[in-house]
Amino acid sequence: MTLDKARLVQMLRTMILIREFDERAIQLRLAGKIYGTVHPYVGQEAVAVGVSAQLSVTDRVTSTHRGHGHCIAKGADIRRMMAELFGRVDGYCKGKGGSMHIADFAVGMLGANGIVGGGLPIACGAALAGQLEGKGAVTVCFFGDGAAAEGEFHESLNIASLWKLPIVFVCENNQYAANNPVGVQHPRVDIAAHAAPYDMPGVGVDGNDVLAVHAATADAVTRARRGDGPSLLECKTYRWHFHAMRAARPPETRPAEEIASWKAGDPIARLEQHMVGRALLSPDELRAIRDRVGAELDEAVAFAEASPFPDPKDLMADMFAR
Amino acid sequence: MREITFQKALEEAVAEEMRRDPRVITMGTDFTGDPIKEFGASRVRFTPISEAVLTGMGLGAAGCGVRPIVNWRMVTFSFVAMDQVVNQASKIRYMFGGQADFPVTYRCSTGGGIGLAAQHSQSPYSMWMHLAGLKIVLPSTPADAKGLLKSAIRDNNPVVSFECSRLATLTGPVPDGDHLVPLGVADVKRTGTDVTIVALAYYVQESLAVADELAREGVSIEVLDPRTLVPMDVETLRASVQKTGRVVIVDEAPATCSAAAEIAALMVEDPDTFRALKAPVRRVCAMPVPVPYSPPLEKAALPSRDDIRAAVHDVLKESV
Ligand SMILES: Cc1ncc(C[n+]2csc(CCOP(=O)(O)OP(=O)(O)O)c2C)c(N)n1
Ligand SMILES: [Mg+2]
Repeated sequence: MTLDKARLVQMLRTMILIREFDERAIQLRLAGKIYGTVHPYVGQEAVAVGVSAQLSVTDRVTSTHRGHGHCIAKGADIRRMMAELFGRVDGYCKGKGGSMHIADFAVGMLGANGIVGGGLPIACGAALAGQLEGKGAVTVCFFGDGAAAEGEFHESLNIASLWKLPIVFVCENNQYAANNPVGVQHPRVDIAAHAAPYDMPGVGVDGNDVLAVHAATADAVTRARRGDGPSLLECKTYRWHFHAMRAARPPETRPAEEIASWKAGDPIARLEQHMVGRALLSPDELRAIRDRVGAELDEAVAFAEASPFPDPKDLMADMFAR
Repeated sequence: MREITFQKALEEAVAEEMRRDPRVITMGTDFTGDPIKEFGASRVRFTPISEAVLTGMGLGAAGCGVRPIVNWRMVTFSFVAMDQVVNQASKIRYMFGGQADFPVTYRCSTGGGIGLAAQHSQSPYSMWMHLAGLKIVLPSTPADAKGLLKSAIRDNNPVVSFECSRLATLTGPVPDGDHLVPLGVADVKRTGTDVTIVALAYYVQESLAVADELAREGVSIEVLDPRTLVPMDVETLRASVQKTGRVVIVDEAPATCSAAAEIAALMVEDPDTFRALKAPVRRVCAMPVPVPYSPPLEKAALPSRDDIRAAVHDVLKESV
């Protein structure tokens, strides 16, 4: 399927927004305006965007510690995301969650997760809910290459296939789990191959090609909506920055040539080239998109800074539902 | 009133709640009877032996409007799902700022005394209490078992229902109709004036037996069952201890960091209760060992009626 200009512009815009959001988050963390840990998604934008472009608001996703991109792609409001990073009451979790626990149930974003592999069982539960509702809702479960070595990954694939749950498992193989290359985590670096023993399709995709991700997701989502069960997509990609930062930017440990070669395959530049090649994007239009993203981020930061800190008297609120 | 077993009472609770609310589903590796016949295979789910994913699925489905009952069978097996219990279920509502509810019920059997040895004789409810974020029920009678489980299923939070193995065959009266026991309300199982016994699960029954015996010696014992460990009905417990001035806490978990330890602290840290005490608080708990298999060893590890009786005599002798 050839995507029309409006769809492509929307995807490009979202990818740029995700990248600039995390670049801004790094700057804000260095400036001490936000706290805790930041796990930048920069470099992996094509995965969140290519996948989410196949979903509607009634579909659901679960995310990981590196979750800002998934939130934005699923339609979360960057002002409330930013306020959450600032620890303010207008944040998605009223400042109780922070970067690793952003969720927006209203748009089907069921939460980032600070535990590697922890989101997979929860995603299966969301898919079970979708199956019981019988309205065709699909759940996408994002996780990293590191999570594929967790027991929860294997339990989840097994039961999802057994019960034909409407779920798409999306592994973002960014070549590393923290500082460990995939080769030291897996006897055979082929995450998609885990699909076969669980009797589901497993597809390896160029995760820096948003159109390829989009197309592969279409097949998996169609299959899930039809009631034929799960699929596993392995999107091969790369994170441009460090695994995580707190007060300071950690030193780079990966080979410079490796980083350079992946940066040469920048997913945003690739989409821009595709659009320019089809005469769907002029330099002026691109500049306008970038300017608008910058302005939205300025506004999000202003919104966050204007939002008050939570009142300590609300410490115990939200523990239990009535 | 109708008399049924503890086990039957629990089964009735599940069936009644499934009849009442189509959002209630149940998942486990095994079921008694043939619930699929009445409720269908989409609501009664036979599962693989995958506790981690089951525990998380219950949570995830609950966050999307389903009301799952996940049966771990024995609490022992829940330890394979520690991430989903500790990192996810107990924290998910709070860390997301209360934007969704998670009405999931986790059921498990608990306790020793039936020769199942170390791994299958555990009473770890205080580990779950410590998490802050899970509600915990621990019934001691068929009526409470039914009423608490029904309330747990209707509650909009993750609730863990600990169901004592030694009580499974206990028979007792259960009211007809929609019998509910609210969470967080302790029950005075026997009134008395000299000593308060706060007991849990099987040891409520054992303490009642001891109270009967001691009544013949002229000792008047009040037996309290908290029934819910989270939330804990502190007021009812403190009121009883303020009345009697003496308290013995009985449970089959080892004393270290136990529910019994928590109850003791809740009594002594309250100025009015502290001032009312006429004797030190006593705990009668299991020995700090894995529960052994051989009958004389298992008996030695777990509290006995003699231990309860001795503790009552001790607090009666003491006078502070
Ligand atoms: C169960 C668990 N173990 C360890 C960690 C610490 N940790 C956080 S992220 C991470 C690496 C995860 O790698 P991967 O799944 O590939 O995701 P990526 O960071 O590459 O996006 C580790 C080890 C954790 N959060 N949870
Ligand atoms: Mg990785």
